[in-house]
Amino acid sequence: MSQTVSNAFCTLRPSFWRRRSTHDRLWKILTVFLLVVLSVIFSVPFYRSLVSSVSNLDGVYASPPRLWPEEFHFENYVKALTILPFGRFVYNSLFVCTWCVTGQVLTASIVAYAFARLRWVGRDVWFVVLLATMMLPPQVTMIPHYIIFLKLDWIDTFKPLIVPSFLGGGAVFIFLMRQFFKTIPLELEEAARLDGCSNLRIFWDIMMPLSSPAVATISVMSFIAHWQDFMGPLIYLGSFENYTVSIGLRMFQSIYGSFPHYMLAASHITLLPVLVLFFLAQKYFVQGIILTGMKG
Amino acid sequence: MTGGKPFLTRLQNNGQGYLFAAPWLLGFFCLTVGPMVFSLFLCFFRWDGITSFRDHAAFVGLENFRRLANDELFFKAFWNTAFYAFLSVPLGVAASLMLATLLNAKVRGIALFRTLFYLPNVLAGVATIMVWFWLLNPEFGALNFLLKKVGIIGLVQWGIDHIPGVAGLMARWELSWPPLWLADESWAKPALILMSLWNVGGGMLIYLAGLQNVPQHLYEVAEIDGAGRLRRFVYITIPMLTPTIFFHLVMSIIGSFQVFTQSFIMTNGGPNNATLFYVLYLYRKAFQHFEMGYASVLAWILFAVILGLTLMVLRSSRLWVYYEGERR
Repeated sequence: MSQTVSNAFCTLRPSFWRRRSTHDRLWKILTVFLLVVLSVIFSVPFYRSLVSSVSNLDGVYASPPRLWPEEFHFENYVKALTILPFGRFVYNSLFVCTWCVTGQVLTASIVAYAFARLRWVGRDVWFVVLLATMMLPPQVTMIPHYIIFLKLDWIDTFKPLIVPSFLGGGAVFIFLMRQFFKTIPLELEEAARLDGCSNLRIFWDIMMPLSSPAVATISVMSFIAHWQDFMGPLIYLGSFENYTVSIGLRMFQSIYGSFPHYMLAASHITLLPVLVLFFLAQKYFVQGIILTGMKG
Repeated sequence: MTGGKPFLTRLQNNGQGYLFAAPWLLGFFCLTVGPMVFSLFLCFFRWDGITSFRDHAAFVGLENFRRLANDELFFKAFWNTAFYAFLSVPLGVAASLMLATLLNAKVRGIALFRTLFYLPNVLAGVATIMVWFWLLNPEFGALNFLLKKVGIIGLVQWGIDHIPGVAGLMARWELSWPPLWLADESWAKPALILMSLWNVGGGMLIYLAGLQNVPQHLYEVAEIDGAGRLRRFVYITIPMLTPTIFFHLVMSIIGSFQVFTQSFIMTNGGPNNATLFYVLYLYRKAFQHFEMGYASVLAWILFAVILGLTLMVLRSSRLWVYYEGERR
């Protein structure tokens, strides 16, 4: 309908449309110009830290700052990995993240299946409760959690970081999975049920394979969240060999704070896994953000 | 719902439902409800959290609440957090909306730009805090260098010297020039707000998704009626995006009141407690001073404040959020 209106305009007043197209081009040029300027500004932190991380001490503290390192000191990265057992920290982080992702994805999907497909008394009330828990700031339960894990003698182990992931995996992920399950046609499931499939098999053999995009999305979101987690490891991990990258980096800073080049090299090492994941699974990142945005 | 079916089937259905939801239900009782009750209970006790509760915890009644009134640091931390939230949230919403509008253009290579602006969000965490720490270094950091290069430092200096009143104002706000950023009591919070703007990519993506849902014909009709770009933005884009803005606003408020890691790592609350944020203060009370009772009170106040603000935004949403009839 609107198409015909604008077509009619085209034949009526060609001059109007010609003027508009030059206008459009100007706007496009302005947009690109703004985008380029902004992206330069946004890149400064990355670029500056990359340059600093391969400089020597003189280069780091050079004034004015150098735009390009005089000589490349890639050994900074080796140094950063060796002066503190950074490899160990990376390994710890990977270990915790792997378990957390497994736990969150598995239990969030199972619970989401109950909310999306099963019929049980009180389901809808529980669903509202689930959504309400998203509002609760983690600080409220932080102290009791600490006391519980202290009593269980789990302090300075990875258990306080991992076990909660196996208990439902968080309201956001349950919600996302439920929304996704809701979009899967019921017919498939009904056919399977007629063939005598149990709920567990329907969940595992039908729903999960069909939900691989959603599973990928929440896996990626979960991995990033745990990789970046700072408060958890800070509270629960005490000994050095248990440190994850985030508190490892902080320790690095408090010891080698005046050696920014090592500091930045270490930071980049911890960013690498996330960066690789991002470029491998970019699609799912975007999906995750959009999905969480849609729930409003 | 299940009426009419035999009792046994109903029981079995319910059992299966609860069984599948069991992980969350277990977590809900052990890690949410239980702790909430316990935390509320702790508000009335003095206890360090480590020694046995039976022997060392002392019931103090409302003492922990009364203490708040005389706790200067509590008010300072609250003020710092409110300052941070009330500047970083509106700025973040505006900046990500602007950025999304720019990135909605149909230009070649737009995907590349989108990736670039989103990247800081993916990488957020201790590592990027380190990057900014170095960037904000007043002497060797790139930020002050760039400001000098572009001439902003000189320009503002000229203003401070020649425009009457500016020097007085700067002195009153105790603003140093050039900015010493994290080393300066007055610049430390603005520095952290600036840093938070680097992460507008997440919001940008939400708005981009929202923009895709704005019906194109509205723009066409407005254009025929002679509405310019600015008008189309103000009268079509913004109203159509209000549900998205609402969601982003609520999430940003909740997030900004929990700001912690930046100040913990970069300034540890300093200089002169200028970046002592609420959660940092709570952390100190709980895990450095081991005053679990008092810290629980602080946590509940945080919850009340966040809840209150969210409800306020929710109430106000009737006035400014537009839901298209058929969509809601």
